[in-house]
Amino acid sequence: MRTTIRGVLAALALLPALALGAPAASAAPPSPTATASGTAAPATKAGTSFLTAVNLSPGQDADVAVSTGDYLYWAFGASEGQTPTVNLSVNLAPAGDRHGPQTWTVEVFDGLRRRQSCTAGTQNATGDQSATSLTLSCTLREVRTWAEPWSGDPLPGTYYVRLSVTDAPQPDLGLAATAHLHVAAKGNADNAQPEGGTLKAPLVPPVGGGASTAKAAAPVAEKEHWYTGWFSGWNSRWYWTIGGGFLAALAGVLGYHLTRHPRGRRPGHYGAVPPQGSHQHGSYAERP
Amino acid sequence: MNTGRRPKTRLGSLLAALAITGASLLLGLPAHADEPSAGASAAPKENPRVDLILDVSGSMNIADIQGKSRISVAQNSLNEVIDALPGETDFGIRTLGATYPGNDKTAGCQDTKQLFPVGKTNKVEAKTAVATLRPTGWTPIGLALRGAAQDLGKGDATRRIVLITDGEDDCAPPDPCDVARELAAQGIHLVVDTLGLAHDDKTTQQLICIANATGGSFTDVRTPQQLTDKVKQLVDQSNDTYTINPVRTTGTDKCESAPVLTPGVYSDREKFSEHRVYKVPVKSGQELRASVSVGLDRAMARDYGVLLQATSATGQELVRGTDAGSTRTDVISTGLRWSTDDSKGYVTASPTTSAKDKDKPDTTVCLVVSNSLAPQAGVHTDPGMPLELTVDLASASPAPEGAAMGLGRGWILLLTLTLAGLFSGLVAGWIARWRIAVWREN
Repeated sequence: MRTTIRGVLAALALLPALALGAPAASAAPPSPTATASGTAAPATKAGTSFLTAVNLSPGQDADVAVSTGDYLYWAFGASEGQTPTVNLSVNLAPAGDRHGPQTWTVEVFDGLRRRQSCTAGTQNATGDQSATSLTLSCTLREVRTWAEPWSGDPLPGTYYVRLSVTDAPQPDLGLAATAHLHVAAKGNADNAQPEGGTLKAPLVPPVGGGASTAKAAAPVAEKEHWYTGWFSGWNSRWYWTIGGGFLAALAGVLGYHLTRHPRGRRPGHYGAVPPQGSHQHGSYAERP
Repeated sequence: MNTGRRPKTRLGSLLAALAITGASLLLGLPAHADEPSAGASAAPKENPRVDLILDVSGSMNIADIQGKSRISVAQNSLNEVIDALPGETDFGIRTLGATYPGNDKTAGCQDTKQLFPVGKTNKVEAKTAVATLRPTGWTPIGLALRGAAQDLGKGDATRRIVLITDGEDDCAPPDPCDVARELAAQGIHLVVDTLGLAHDDKTTQQLICIANATGGSFTDVRTPQQLTDKVKQLVDQSNDTYTINPVRTTGTDKCESAPVLTPGVYSDREKFSEHRVYKVPVKSGQELRASVSVGLDRAMARDYGVLLQATSATGQELVRGTDAGSTRTDVISTGLRWSTDDSKGYVTASPTTSAKDKDKPDTTVCLVVSNSLAPQAGVHTDPGMPLELTVDLASASPAPEGAAMGLGRGWILLLTLTLAGLFSGLVAGWIARWRIAVWREN
């Protein structure tokens, strides 16, 4: 009895490790937040249109000298389950050259140039004439594994960032400024919604800026096998379910033991089997 | 009894597995997705071409850039730019106002000439030519733009004109902004970037107008370093962008006569309140992906919008993409996805190249691009705004079939299974004990 309980406890202690280890085991796509030594140097350019958007590899920043009023385009890749955040900081032109407040705006579009909503962040910031810098950010919704063609939900593929001056006095246009872009992403494919959904081809423009980077960042299409419909590959559900089955079995054995082996603890109460053979014989002997 | 039954069960399951394997092999051969060929956008191996227009009018003598004269700053910058020219770039220089010193406007306004032809640059010669320039005459920007467009020649690659000037055009007509719009409308992939050395409002406005009309940028030069860096950046950008090559097309106002598009990037022009229609054949199991950008290349009314509709050949709307705004912007874009559906309304099967699918005719989808733009008073309405359309066909993505095959996940699952196990164990135990008790009583 005691050894059984000890075994159950040991198994219980083991299980979380098993379950938690599962996500790490499944192949997670490289996240843009990775700050490995292999991160590319910051891009020093920005595109001037969707077609010429400058590709950013995962984890790559951009540091660009710009003219106030330029429309700056970058493209980055996001995969399912990620929640990308675009962070921008702008150093404005010297205050002495400026004539009034400036408003800078960051907008994010998906690979089909559809506007993506920001769920958090300062999408546009206004700096008055004395301001030296502005910070902007935009957090997207979580990238979904699949969406109906009729919806505008974020999907794996290319995302375009456009930084522009949306309001400034005309004489201030063209002044030198600098912009710094950082794209972060949290989350991974493990909890991507809806489960079991896949987009056969990532939302990537056929040509132009964003076509190559996003193709590299997007998950590679899995090869189809005869068992594809039956077995979707290892995922954490397998570990949870197997662990659950194991626990259930242990609990079943435990429960059974609790009712079957009350030997010596509850003697004589409602037909308990007496432990010792001689005593047993005796009790049988007592019967009429 | 158990031992007798087991081999039979094993054989049965083996047979079932074999049958399943065979069936899947026969039926479910990996569906081959139709790879959309980006044929329409194959880039020609053409060198990037940049023509620099340098203003050498009399006003360039003014020394107001950190104490140096405008022309000396421009010459120094050009030296650095020429030194840093990428090998594959065809670079040329055109001047305006460099030769005619007189006061006759007619003669002065013809004064633009090619200083150095667009092509492989001999850096020493180019620098010498730049160094000999002396500020002289008038500022015929419009004419110079036309000349530069000719210098760059016809071709499919994007070409760039970098205009460095300090003054407003004093030779209109032609108005330089109109010239820029006219060049852009020729569909010769021309981008004009402007750099202003003077800071007066009229010059700035004119240069912004030129840049906007062609999708270029405007820079207000305050320091020599800024000028050098910006020109280098622009030359560099022409390197990145010259391969992208939208195909010129002309949409019609009706679906029947609309041009048929294959995957690729297209450019067109759309006037105010005009509809442009294109046709795309979509096979069963394919997903149509289209996006459109309309350029706001002139002064527009405050609010603007664009609508991209996919309709069936009979005019039924299938799906639409729309966007609107009211702030300063360069383009307004939207996109849409659409795939053929089955009776349930969803795509439920992955595309297969079975005979059945091949028999199905392509669905012709009409893409209708319309805009809700309005010009400000006095703004030209012709030619129309630049329109860029991308069309792609990808494999349709079937709706997911729900959670993963009855498997579960999470602590609640573990707790439920454990409690269920415990409960079953208890019940089994109680039954066993009850049976023993009953058996003993009897």
